[in-house]
Amino acid sequence: MGQTIVQKILARATSRQSVEVGEVLEPAVDTAMSHENAALVMNQFQEIFAGLGRPAKVWNPNRIAIIFDHRVPAESKKTATNQKKIRAFVAEQGITKFHDIRGDEGGICHQILPENGYVLPGYVVVGTDSHTTTHGALGAFAFGIGATEMASVWALGNVLNVEVPDTIKVVVEGELPKYVQPKDIILHLIGKISAEGANFKVLEFHGSTIRNMSTSGRLTLCNMAVEAGATSGIVPPDEETIRFLREEAGVTGDIELIAPDEDAKYYQVVEIDASSLVPQIACPHTVDNVKPVTEVEGLKVDQIVIGSCTNGRLDDLETAANILRGKKVARGVRMLVFPASYRIYQKALELGYVNDLVKAGAVVMNPGCGPCLGVHQGALGDKEVALATTNRNFKGRMGNPESDVYLCSPAVAAASAITGMITNPQKGGF
Amino acid sequence: MAKVIYKFGDDISTDIIYPGRYMATVLPSETPQFAFDDIKELNKLLNSEKTDETRVILAGKNFGCGSSREQAASCLKGHNLTIVARDFARIFLQNSINLGLRTVICPEIEAEVGDELEIQNDKVINKTQGKEFPIVPLPKARQAIVDAGGLIPYTQKILKQRMGIE
Repeated sequence: MGQTIVQKILARATSRQSVEVGEVLEPAVDTAMSHENAALVMNQFQEIFAGLGRPAKVWNPNRIAIIFDHRVPAESKKTATNQKKIRAFVAEQGITKFHDIRGDEGGICHQILPENGYVLPGYVVVGTDSHTTTHGALGAFAFGIGATEMASVWALGNVLNVEVPDTIKVVVEGELPKYVQPKDIILHLIGKISAEGANFKVLEFHGSTIRNMSTSGRLTLCNMAVEAGATSGIVPPDEETIRFLREEAGVTGDIELIAPDEDAKYYQVVEIDASSLVPQIACPHTVDNVKPVTEVEGLKVDQIVIGSCTNGRLDDLETAANILRGKKVARGVRMLVFPASYRIYQKALELGYVNDLVKAGAVVMNPGCGPCLGVHQGALGDKEVALATTNRNFKGRMGNPESDVYLCSPAVAAASAITGMITNPQKGGF
Repeated sequence: MAKVIYKFGDDISTDIIYPGRYMATVLPSETPQFAFDDIKELNKLLNSEKTDETRVILAGKNFGCGSSREQAASCLKGHNLTIVARDFARIFLQNSINLGLRTVICPEIEAEVGDELEIQNDKVINKTQGKEFPIVPLPKARQAIVDAGGLIPYTQKILKQRMGIE
């Protein structure tokens, strides 16, 4: 029986020839990522060792990554104190992949890992963040876990009791029309299979559209796999993956391309014709409430957000800058832009994108999670409407349960910033 | 016997269970006060009423979708709740099991607020309505952790074997 890519990765991580769907395994972890919630992981980690009478020591300080991104710089004394405790822990344990609040190497964890080469094809990656699915874009099996589960990983180097998941094959064919972006593919897919359509399963992306897509776009796709309930999203690594890792992530060592077998068994196959898509909008308050932009255009917006681990990369900022260059953000609309990392921010400065956006009236904020999860900046007022390139529109997500969040691509967000209402950028003038 | 104190529909996210603004509060003992903070009547009910009765929160499909924040499980465990849902999102379910929050997967459950439930190993009996509904067993990968009393004791057991501690 052929194996899916995740079966192959799990077989390797357990030193086996093959594994069957439904088997329970304890795979070795290659990269274990946390952000500010490392404060809780530390607490649980110390509790594990407290019962043993041995000093608490992580299994491998070189395989743990900690990135501050959720509340940077700290918004409260509580966060600042948590961050301080984590810094002390990082120093004590000798954790090497630590990204503090710094303009030279900081950013959102799901951008920092790829751009620093912390994820390679075939890796098992776990993170105390649901959007850890992002890293499947590089051909890794990457999934979100809770803090106690991470404490267990820190102690053992294995993630316990992983059931080999079924895989849904998603085949995307055709050329994307102008102003239709990877975000539109994933929103369309989530609308099609629902917010729990892939629960406990993996989404494996195939087809000519995916093969022709940059790693940045693949990161967007896999990032939102979790919004269909998926354990992980994954793209079979290829020449583009190697290009990204060599040119953008500085990887010099061996890269092994791992591929699913031709006769791999899939739970389901979903086909998408990319050439027939129009920009998509996820309407409040679930990510699967997806409509073509043509059904919601004209709706007045109060805040536009471009950024996040979903759409804060250089090509996203480029799309926004190209649309907004020489134009103005509509009066009455606040446009917030937050690059996914400082490396991206620096490049966007060099290329003039930041200047284009600021001159148009956008507020360019420091890299980080920003307003996406409603804990830091850019909260919404009662009855306000936000249109965001982020990944969740749950009630209260952007800090106010009395507000509405719509999700879209960077092109839709930028065009809508100019008009002050949800706008289809395909309709001329952009 | 257990009593249904609140009933939800589908897709209740961790942003509803434990709003993001409280994520800097991490210690499990400090999280229960913020459970369902944006649903004031439920938050008040949980924080004010002291009872020995088992209280059930009933939900539809995909309960706990969204963020991996473990506070969403610890805040409910702190109130000694049982969650009966048609099904759960993966990370929330795993967090619940790891921490010992009782989660019951009951795809056909029908009940209203105030109904008395008897939760057995394989079924939920709605005593008020005189109906019973089958329970789907937990994923087998998780049952061993439940049996060990949670993920911390389970990990300790493995660590002891590796370190050769008796």
